[in-house]
Amino acid sequence: MNCKKEIIASAKREGEAFAPSADSAPYVQAKRLSIGYSNEVVVADMSFELRQGEAIALIGTNGSGKSTLLKTIVGLLPPLRGEVSVFGMHPGSNPRRIAYLGQFHASGFVLPLRAVDVVRMGRFPSHGLWRRMGHEDDEIVLSAMRAMGIEKLAESPLRSLSGGQQQRTYLAQVLAHQADLLILDEPAAGLDAGGRELYLQAIDNELRRGVSIVMATHDIQEEPALCNQVMLLARRVVALGTPQQVLTHDALLETFGIVVFGDQRHVHVLEATHGHDDKERLGINKPRS
Amino acid sequence: MDWLVTPFSSNPFMLHALIAGVLVSIACAIAGTFVILRGLAFIGDALAHGVLPGIAVAILVGFPGILGAAIGAAGMIGGITLITQRSRLSSDTAIGLLFIGMLSLGVIIVSRSDSFSGDLTRILFGEILGIGIPAILIQLAATIVIGVLAIICARPFLLLSFDPEQAEVAGFSSRLYHNIMLFMIAITVIVSFQTVGTLLVFGMLIAPAGAGALMARRIEVMMLWAMLFGVLSMYFGLLISYHFNLAAGASIVIVTVAIFFIVFIMQNLRSRRAVSQQESAHEL
Repeated sequence: MNCKKEIIASAKREGEAFAPSADSAPYVQAKRLSIGYSNEVVVADMSFELRQGEAIALIGTNGSGKSTLLKTIVGLLPPLRGEVSVFGMHPGSNPRRIAYLGQFHASGFVLPLRAVDVVRMGRFPSHGLWRRMGHEDDEIVLSAMRAMGIEKLAESPLRSLSGGQQQRTYLAQVLAHQADLLILDEPAAGLDAGGRELYLQAIDNELRRGVSIVMATHDIQEEPALCNQVMLLARRVVALGTPQQVLTHDALLETFGIVVFGDQRHVHVLEATHGHDDKERLGINKPRS
Repeated sequence: MDWLVTPFSSNPFMLHALIAGVLVSIACAIAGTFVILRGLAFIGDALAHGVLPGIAVAILVGFPGILGAAIGAAGMIGGITLITQRSRLSSDTAIGLLFIGMLSLGVIIVSRSDSFSGDLTRILFGEILGIGIPAILIQLAATIVIGVLAIICARPFLLLSFDPEQAEVAGFSSRLYHNIMLFMIAITVIVSFQTVGTLLVFGMLIAPAGAGALMARRIEVMMLWAMLFGVLSMYFGLLISYHFNLAAGASIVIVTVAIFFIVFIMQNLRSRRAVSQQESAHEL
């Protein structure tokens, strides 16, 4: 646990991390963007920017629009209205510079693949159809596996690995990409304590190198602490700002309809269809501070 | 030794059959590997049967059967794509509809002609013992095309099998490479029907690759196992059909399915033994 606190604390220390330049062009820019599927708007009218070396955490319940936004940024879903640009271009125009970790790998259990084969796929975007992989690529793959603590599992079949080990493998694939922008959908899902520490360390290292990150998460503590911005989503943007500004009791209650505060054990439930005005009727009180 | 070699050394038709069979095995191992990995077995089956009306019409009007098969396969894939894109139905519903529709159409066409019953057997089960040099050359060309496509598209095919979204984000259009994969499977079916027939080419697509998937940890190794199993099936299938005077195409496919089950049982015994070894090591 100490290690985790150190990582977070060191990320907060000024001067050490990559210092984003205010006048550099944003890596990701959304203006009045509406996202969703052809016949269903999931989140309407969102605007935000992400610059080099910055990270944004998207926090919200299942179905709140986190994955939809990530898929729009990587070009898997077209924007319904408004604008979104990645590296100043249409989403999907720069596969070499963008690494994506989705939530589901449908065939992962059937394929005869070793863990190292999965991580090596992270090198494909920079090599295209033809360019041969060399010694340098092997080094990159190995160091990505080391970063996630799975170098000893390199030769193991993917289907024999536990859920957490598979998630480490997918994260190593993202690291092996050496991209400028990481788009991560619930990257810490299924990780044990050790995996989580390695993952937080890796994310911290990437940010220091000037890599930008957009992550969807359910965590409201450690991952947001590494991010400059947090966006709370509940099929609309509930709040957008620094973690300190955004992760407030009221905003979280509005996002999740339930808030559990550490030792205080105050559980507040708000039905999704009710607004703030109903709080009194439902007998919801603010926690004692 | 005589029993194993003489049928091929003293009968040119048996040697031709073996050469064509080896080429079919290589093509089916490559295409079949992706059929298994991408879960395309149903579309492979549908293609194998859906080409029947095309072949029947071609034979009826005096065109080469292979041309009719190609048109039948194109109609099949086009129809499946159209239904999947223009409706909310899943692709297996579309495949099932086209499959049964095309097969029925084929049988109706065949039933209109009295002289066709022999042709129907030929279409369904192939005529591997009547294969000539031109057919072998066509099979060779198709096998080379399939091999080259698999080499060129190795990375996108791997990504596509792993996760189509990853392929797309990595800059490889999942629709384009999915269609190339379907094209590869279609060529395999169209060309191989002459050798093993439309009914049995499906067996050659999935049984050797399925057994390979049980054996291998890597896709390339799976493909090599599939080739080996396919070639063994061809050899022993032809041998059995020669010595016991049985239908050649069906004998080959029976051998390949038998190989699958032998591998399946051996794998199960092996994993059971590994578990019991681990348990006894634990007890110590």
